[in-house]
Amino acid sequence: MSENQIKLVHTFSALAEIGQEVTNKRNFQEMIRTSLHLLLGSLAIMRGGVARFSRYGHELNMLAVRGLGEDFPLSLSLCQEDERQFLTAGLTAIEISQAKMLPLFHVYDQSFDSRKLELLIPLIIRDEFLGVILLGEKANGEPYSAYDKDIICAMARHIGVGIQQRNMMSELERKAQENLKLYDDLRLTYKDTVKSFAAAIDCKDKYTEGHSVRVGKYSELIAFELGWEEKEVEGAAVAGYLHDVGKLAVDRSIINSPLRLNASENIQLSKHPAVGYEILSPIHHPFTDVPLAAKYHHERLDGRGYPDGLLDHEIPYIAKIVNLADSFDAMTTDRPYKRRRNAEDVIIDMSENSGKQFAPELVSAFCRSMLKELTNEKKDKKFRRSLGKDYLDSEKIVPMLKEVLNNRNGTSYLTNVAS
Amino acid sequence: MIPQTEREHTFNSENGKAVVFASDYLNKLSGEKIERECKTKLDAGFKTLEVNFKQTEIVNSIAISILLGVIDAASNAGAKVIFSQVNEETVELFETLGLTNHVKLEN
Repeated sequence: MSENQIKLVHTFSALAEIGQEVTNKRNFQEMIRTSLHLLLGSLAIMRGGVARFSRYGHELNMLAVRGLGEDFPLSLSLCQEDERQFLTAGLTAIEISQAKMLPLFHVYDQSFDSRKLELLIPLIIRDEFLGVILLGEKANGEPYSAYDKDIICAMARHIGVGIQQRNMMSELERKAQENLKLYDDLRLTYKDTVKSFAAAIDCKDKYTEGHSVRVGKYSELIAFELGWEEKEVEGAAVAGYLHDVGKLAVDRSIINSPLRLNASENIQLSKHPAVGYEILSPIHHPFTDVPLAAKYHHERLDGRGYPDGLLDHEIPYIAKIVNLADSFDAMTTDRPYKRRRNAEDVIIDMSENSGKQFAPELVSAFCRSMLKELTNEKKDKKFRRSLGKDYLDSEKIVPMLKEVLNNRNGTSYLTNVAS
Repeated sequence: MIPQTEREHTFNSENGKAVVFASDYLNKLSGEKIERECKTKLDAGFKTLEVNFKQTEIVNSIAISILLGVIDAASNAGAKVIFSQVNEETVELFETLGLTNHVKLEN
């Protein structure tokens, strides 16, 4: 092969490699370093560097350097005139000697001269100024030919495209982060609103203060124990917080009546699930089942619930969760006409009604969650905080919970305890 | 006998001369390690660096850039560089690109 052929094969191999390299999206720094090697090695250029333009800081930040020495500035400040001149010149190989009128050189002339830098290539892609490539002398000591400059510009274009792609990716990532933060803010606002709603609902009923908040917490515990994802667990909590929103439309005297309700009052009260559904349906919730939980949280698996007497498979799952949480809170808090039941009675009740009123797997999840708290497997004491410190007697409750979990169908132990 | 393996570069120091085996490492970004180790040898006071190409079939642009880095470092340290056991094609490439202006070729 002639000398020209050898050179041609060598430079075209480098050009092909650099084209492949810029598509390497795994490691931007590595891509730039490799590209600089390929560019310098293709024409045996002794030294050089690739810098990226930061439009925020109006500076060129060195991404990769070869042979420029440790004291070469890693950041070069630019003024608008530099940027304007680069954009006017376009992607072309400019002799440093011809570029000395640029303000950039008034500041960094000495740094450029001492490194024998000969060429400056502004990286302009689609009229966007992305950075520069600086190149020193060739190993053979010859000046750059027109052919050399064409090769350099072709390779520089690839590097420019690589930087532009990276900039676009960074911008996308930044926007995605921003959106994520906005979404988180919205979620927090939504959560706060829901909690305010729950507090408003509970305010109306002086006997069941904090009921909605507790039902929200119990629903959350059940969903978490079922292994649901974080967002779904949050949805279950919201469904619990808002399940009684329909009570806002029920007469306060009925809700706060210290006596058992008469038939007419019962009819009014039993409308609250449907009213709750009407209130919640027009709202665009991040969790789709919230209105359904309000509507069906008084349904039972055996069809004896209300408002529609739905059977097991017809009841939305979230409503089954809220139903269990709601019933547990009703049994464990004082009501106008009856005192709260002790924890042992409540567990027996849940176990006996498993498969009738409550979904068995939900009873298990609920018991498992309580057991984990009582045996200190869970640090967060949500049950104790909701029920009071002394309500749950670990010595009595733990064996009962284990029995429920070990023998979901056999209630012998619990029946014995009850008798 | 100078230790060498097919895939790895190794150093051997003899008579004030550090010998590095280029192998195929030189053609990849990982070849920068060879350059760093050459600089370590120069810092240690070696005045001759020999790069052995016995197991290097082809030399690409990355390798040229790394070799220029070695040449530059040696020049700054006042040391000389020898390329040994270079195949004919690679010699032609070194000559075309002007690397032979800076190094001595040996068999």
